[in-house]
Amino acid sequence: MEQAIFEERRDQIHRKGEGPFELACNRDSLAGAVSQRACVFCGSRVVLYPIADALHLVHGPIGCAVYTWDIRGALSSGPELHRLSFSTDLQERDVIFGGEKKLKAALLELIERHKPNAAFVYATCIVGIIGDDVNAVCRDVAAKTGIPVIPVQSEGFKGNKREGYAAACKALFTLAGTGDTSDISPMSVNILGDFNLAGEIWIIREYFEKMGVQVVANITGDGRVADIRRCHGAGLNIVQCSGSTMELAKMMEEKFGTPFMRVSYLGIEDMADSLYAVADRFKHLDPGIVERTQKLVREELSLLLPKLKEYRKDLEGKRAAVYVGGAFKAFSLIKAFRHLGMKVVLVGSQTGTKEDYEELASICDPGTVIVDDSNPLELSKFVRELDVDLFVGGVKERPIAHKLGVGFCDHNHERKEALEGFVGMLNFAKEVHASATSPIWRFVPRREAMAKALKEQETAKRAAGGEGI
Amino acid sequence: MSDSPYVSTTNACKLCTPLGAALAFRGVEGAIPFLHGSQGCATYMRRYIISHFREPMDIASSALGEKQAVFGGGPNLKKGILNVMSKYGATVVGVATTCLTETIGDDVPRLLYEFRKEFSDLPLPEIVNVSTPSYSGTHMEGWHAATAALASQLVREKAPAERRVNLIPGFVSPADIRYFKEILDDYGVAYTVLPDISEAMDRPALLDYEKLPAGGTPVASIRAMSGALGSIECGRADHMAESAGTNLERRFEVRNIRVGLPIGVRESDAFFAALEELTGTPLPEKHAAERGRLIDAYVDGHKYVAGKRAIVYGEEDLVIAMVAFLAEIGVKPILAATGATCRNFKQALADVTEGILPEPPEAREGVDFHDIAEQAADLAPDILVGHSKGYRYAKDMGVPLLRVGFPIHDRFGGPRLLHVGYRGTQTLFDRLVNTILERKQADSGVGYGYL
Repeated sequence: MEQAIFEERRDQIHRKGEGPFELACNRDSLAGAVSQRACVFCGSRVVLYPIADALHLVHGPIGCAVYTWDIRGALSSGPELHRLSFSTDLQERDVIFGGEKKLKAALLELIERHKPNAAFVYATCIVGIIGDDVNAVCRDVAAKTGIPVIPVQSEGFKGNKREGYAAACKALFTLAGTGDTSDISPMSVNILGDFNLAGEIWIIREYFEKMGVQVVANITGDGRVADIRRCHGAGLNIVQCSGSTMELAKMMEEKFGTPFMRVSYLGIEDMADSLYAVADRFKHLDPGIVERTQKLVREELSLLLPKLKEYRKDLEGKRAAVYVGGAFKAFSLIKAFRHLGMKVVLVGSQTGTKEDYEELASICDPGTVIVDDSNPLELSKFVRELDVDLFVGGVKERPIAHKLGVGFCDHNHERKEALEGFVGMLNFAKEVHASATSPIWRFVPRREAMAKALKEQETAKRAAGGEGI
Repeated sequence: MSDSPYVSTTNACKLCTPLGAALAFRGVEGAIPFLHGSQGCATYMRRYIISHFREPMDIASSALGEKQAVFGGGPNLKKGILNVMSKYGATVVGVATTCLTETIGDDVPRLLYEFRKEFSDLPLPEIVNVSTPSYSGTHMEGWHAATAALASQLVREKAPAERRVNLIPGFVSPADIRYFKEILDDYGVAYTVLPDISEAMDRPALLDYEKLPAGGTPVASIRAMSGALGSIECGRADHMAESAGTNLERRFEVRNIRVGLPIGVRESDAFFAALEELTGTPLPEKHAAERGRLIDAYVDGHKYVAGKRAIVYGEEDLVIAMVAFLAEIGVKPILAATGATCRNFKQALADVTEGILPEPPEAREGVDFHDIAEQAADLAPDILVGHSKGYRYAKDMGVPLLRVGFPIHDRFGGPRLLHVGYRGTQTLFDRLVNTILERKQADSGVGYGYL
């Protein structure tokens, strides 16, 4: 069993309670280890993708664009340009002679056809190698078309997803501060790091509406270029997926003095705490906001809690594994599972930082395994050893769980279920319950073998007990 | 090259070369696909493939970073292979390059030569390499190039002659390959199917997570290809100087018979005729009966589909084969489109419709879905035939989509779709007729329950 772990990766795995907590992270993936991680391009694409009235042109060979074509669950209330896959589809000839001409022609063609409010140009691995001057082409096309044309330095090999988040924030930052802010109330926020999967940002916006808080820009779920241009007028930045958009919040604080706070919309306490924190921030402007927020939370909980209780009856004592992209999401998931009576026994992420993992370790139960940048061999080993009943991850983790006879819940960018907010907690409970308690698991060979072994043990015990009498 | 009037690509009707290579390598027993490039390529392709097959798809990567992009990826390639040897126990490593490593100029054959020398004291796996820059060709070229590399690098000498058939099936579903094997069994010959993804990409539930899924063509079976009666290579599209079949023919005088993907009666007849020719065994009664039932179904269903206008898109071999099938049942294929470029696409479409259609459908290659949709606006199709990626276009056009090939992301059971042979054609025909009946029923104000 132990041989599932690479020697070089031993310090990226920790079992809480066994020695002082130290976890190596933010390190290049090990060659040959089948990491679950993607690349810089992926990081940028994930963050910017949901801006629905912008053109997203991938400058490179076809793969990077097709593998990201409409795979996200990011919904738009209006334009849907983000759901199309645009590429310069570089060919051998372009690689030899350079792709700048093609890039320019493609941009002009697509801007003419779709009339976007801005264009993002993603530089992929090969563009970094052949040295196309993407910045110059973007400047040139911006001057010709009159819309912002923004280069995204997302060459895949330049690090992992985190670098991609940073490149996306840099790109977003070029838009901020360029729009009119005259009609923005001081009691206003930008929503950062929510990608409107399955319409989640609409749930959150409704909460703020009820609290009397104006939402200036969604960054980036259901995002619009014009909103992002004037986002510096908001009174507060609230950052949900901090791994991806914290950097933008920091840059905005420095340049525009916009304060920020980290929030989470997943689970009950985190959702409620986040709303209270925002209310607290604005109560000097409008003391009534606290009461409105309390009322909102109370109403939501009175609907949610009785239903959760029903699910909890069946889920009590079950064991969960969490392996997600960013570590921050894992904190909320651990708490959410506690509400369902479940225990998280394995938790990890692709791109957590030292601080993330320290915080994670502090809220985990003893014995919980914590992993950074894991792979199928390790994950399957721990799922078996820790006798997990349910796995939370993305599409790549699904077959690992299913092959081992373990329920699964997709908590990645591709999911089509809203899991944020109070109603999201209910959806989450529903999905966890549906999968973890399905009768199908009894037919899966590993579970069948486990059930058989247990039965034999009991028979033996009874036999031994019988002799005793 | 492309006959699209545009420079930009919108919603490509193709995937990139390393994806095809990785899938083909997965069809070899004990093999792990290994992409020499940055980490993202392997992960993205895994994700894409998993969502169709719903099976684990472990693809290793040399995970190159900025430093390696400047100084060369050799050390990571070697370290990566050692790692998959030790942890996966892979007996075959299929190394495919990416746009990054092709462009920085990594000489993979030389690096592998060094690797073998450096670690000659270890029990080394077979290492097969293929050049798959993603800026050249599509996933199908990657698939065929990897298949050809397996034949040219693993078959090193003439094997003893035996009553064996090599089947090089092309990129078909696991269900198709299982059916191919059933047919070969019925002919009573030994056979090599290269590659064989039928087990690895559609596994039963088992006791454990398999590091390397069982199934796939054994290396010994690949080696035996040079002693076979002949090879049957499926697919009419021609874009490579040398395929697995022609390689074996050139080096070991193993006769290579090229047929289309056997979809439809005429193309299936050609496939069975090739089998008869190589083995001397006539069509087994079981298959003659299936052929008879298929023709009976054609007769019973012909009026439902007669004169319907279809747009077919996807990878070139499948498009050609679907056109052959549609034409012979009286559906009018009005546009045959592929994102690939291939030398004989037009000619192949003319060949498979000869004697049935007054003129072959319009052939468009190197196109994306934007091009297809633009042209479709004037064509008034009744149905689209292709993979899931055409769904939104079918929706916009208000016509149903008959799902075939890869990827099937919006329906369940893609790997179990049957396309080939009399039996595969039968399921396609049934699905097509029912798709049209369903639409007719849904569109009817009366709501007939008896059609």
